[in-house]
Amino acid sequence: MDVLIERFHLFFDGFLLTLQVCVVAGVLALAFGIVAAVCRISPIPPLRWLGTAYVTVFRNVPLTVVLFFTVFGLPIIGNRAEFLKIHGLDRLFPRLTIDLPYFRLVCLGLAIYTGAFVCEALRSGVNAVASGQSEAARALGLTFIQNLRYVVLPQAWKAAIVPLGTVLVAMAKNSALAGFFGLVGDLSATMQTLVSQEGEPLIPVMIGISFWYLLMTIPASLVLDTVERRRKLA
Amino acid sequence: MSRAEVDVELSLHTSRRRGRAPSASVLYDAPGPRARRTIWIGSALAAAVVLFLGWRFVYRPLEATGQFSLDLWGPFVDSSNNHCPGAVPHCFDQIWPRLGQGLLATLRAAGLAILASLVFGLALAGLRIQLKHLMTRRYRHLPAPLAWSARGLTVGLNGLTRVCVEVLRGMPVVITIFFVARGLPELGLPPQATMWYLVIGLTLYNAIVIAEVVRSGMEGLPKGQREAASSLGLSSTQTITLVLLPQAVRIMLPAIISQLVVVLKDTSLGFIISYNELLNIGKLAIQLLHNPLQMYFVIGLTYLAFNYALSRLADWTQRRLARGGV
Repeated sequence: MDVLIERFHLFFDGFLLTLQVCVVAGVLALAFGIVAAVCRISPIPPLRWLGTAYVTVFRNVPLTVVLFFTVFGLPIIGNRAEFLKIHGLDRLFPRLTIDLPYFRLVCLGLAIYTGAFVCEALRSGVNAVASGQSEAARALGLTFIQNLRYVVLPQAWKAAIVPLGTVLVAMAKNSALAGFFGLVGDLSATMQTLVSQEGEPLIPVMIGISFWYLLMTIPASLVLDTVERRRKLA
Repeated sequence: MSRAEVDVELSLHTSRRRGRAPSASVLYDAPGPRARRTIWIGSALAAAVVLFLGWRFVYRPLEATGQFSLDLWGPFVDSSNNHCPGAVPHCFDQIWPRLGQGLLATLRAAGLAILASLVFGLALAGLRIQLKHLMTRRYRHLPAPLAWSARGLTVGLNGLTRVCVEVLRGMPVVITIFFVARGLPELGLPPQATMWYLVIGLTLYNAIVIAEVVRSGMEGLPKGQREAASSLGLSSTQTITLVLLPQAVRIMLPAIISQLVVVLKDTSLGFIISYNELLNIGKLAIQLLHNPLQMYFVIGLTYLAFNYALSRLADWTQRRLARGGV
C-alpha cells in the first residue's frame, strides 16, 4: 500500500493529464458533433450525406483503429496536428505546444470518434421535440433558421443534455487508451509504468488507478442520474 | 369526420410525406420551385466545397507521400506477388489467410464475450430486482433475531452488488482488461489464455451495462404486472423469469443489440494484451510490409462491415418493435 502514498504525485499528475485530455478532446468533440448535427438536419442533401457518412463510419469503427489512424497514420502523411498548437492555451495545457505530437493526436482521434456520438445525441434531442411544435412554427410562417432558433433548439437542448453527458462520460473512460498510444504520464501510462517496468505490486496500483478514474466518472454519472430523474418528474 | 377517419387521414398524410422524402425531417416544408432552386445551388456549392476540402486535406497529402503506390497496396491486391518486400516473397498469398485467422479470433472472442455478457447480465438484473423486492420484506413470521439477520443479509448483498456495479461501470474497459490479464495469472490461471482474459474483461464491463439496461426495463414495467403475477400465485423468482424479464428484454432489445456492437468493437482492445485478433495481426504484418495506412484501412473496413450489419439489425428490431410485433 506504500506505493499509494509514496507515489501520490505520480497518480495525481496522471489524473491531471487525463483531465486535460478529456477537456481538450471534449471541446473538440462538441465542435465536431455540432457541425455534423447541423449537416445532418440541414435541407442540403450533400451535407446530409456527409454527416450521415461521418456518423456511420465512426460509430462502427473501434476507437483503437481510429487512434491508430490519427496517432500513427497522420504523421506519415506529414500532419502532426500542428493546428492545435494554440499559443495562450499552453498555460492550461502545456502539452499542446510541445514538439512531441502524441497529446495533440490522441485528443484529435478521441474527438473525431466522440464527435459522431455527440452528433447522435444532439439529433436524438431534435427528434424528441414533438413534430407538432415545428409544424406549428412553420404554420406561423417561421423560416427554417427561425424555427430552429426559437422553437426547436431550445427544447432539443433539454432533451439532449442527458445523452450528451453520457457520451462525454464514455469519452472520459475511453481516454484511458491514450496511455497505450504514446502519451507519456497520463493515468493509464502511469499504471503500465508502475506495474510493468517498476514491478510494483498489482493490487495497490489497481486501487489507486481505479480511485482516480472513478473520481471522474462516478460523480458525473450521479449528476446525470439526478438530472434524468428530475426531468422525468417534471 | 369520425375519429377513425381522422386517424386514417393523418396516417395517410404522414406516409405520403415520408414517401416523398424519407430522410427529410419535419423541420421544413416540402420545397416549392424557388426553394428547390436555392437547394440546388446550395447543394452544388456544398458539394464543391466538400470535394475541394477532401482534395486539399485528404487526397493531396496521400498523393504527395505516395500512399497510392502499388508497393504499398500490392500485398492486398496483386495476386502475382510482384510487389512484396524481400522478407515476405509471397505476401499476397499469406496476408489474406492471416487476416482471416485474425478475424476468426476476433469473432470468437466477441461471440464468447457476448454470450457471457448476456447470461451474466440477465442473471444480475434478476438478482438486483429480487434483492430490491426482498428489501421491502419484514419477515414477521420469523423469530426476531432471524428476521433481523435476514434483513441485514439482503441490505448487505444489495449494497455489495450496487458498489460492484458502480465501480465496474465507472472503470475504463481497457483498464479492466489490463488488470484481468495481470491479476488472473497471479491467481493461477495459465498466462497463455489471453483470449480468456479478453473475454473476462469484456464480460465484466458489458454484463453490468446489459444488467442495468434490463433492470431499468423491468422497473419501467407497469406495477400491475408484478401484482398480477403474485395474485396468480407465482413465486418471486417465477415472477421475474416468466413475467418481468421477457418483457424487459423485448422492450430493451435495441439497446441490448447496440451494446453488443460495443462488445464487437472492444475486442480490438485485445491488442494491449497481445491477443492475436484482427488488429494485432495487422500490427505484426505492418512490421514486415511497411504499409500502415493501407493495413488500417483494410482492418477499419472489416470492422465497419460487421458492426454496420449489427447496427442495421438493431435498427430493424427497433422498427419491428415500434410496429408492435417481434
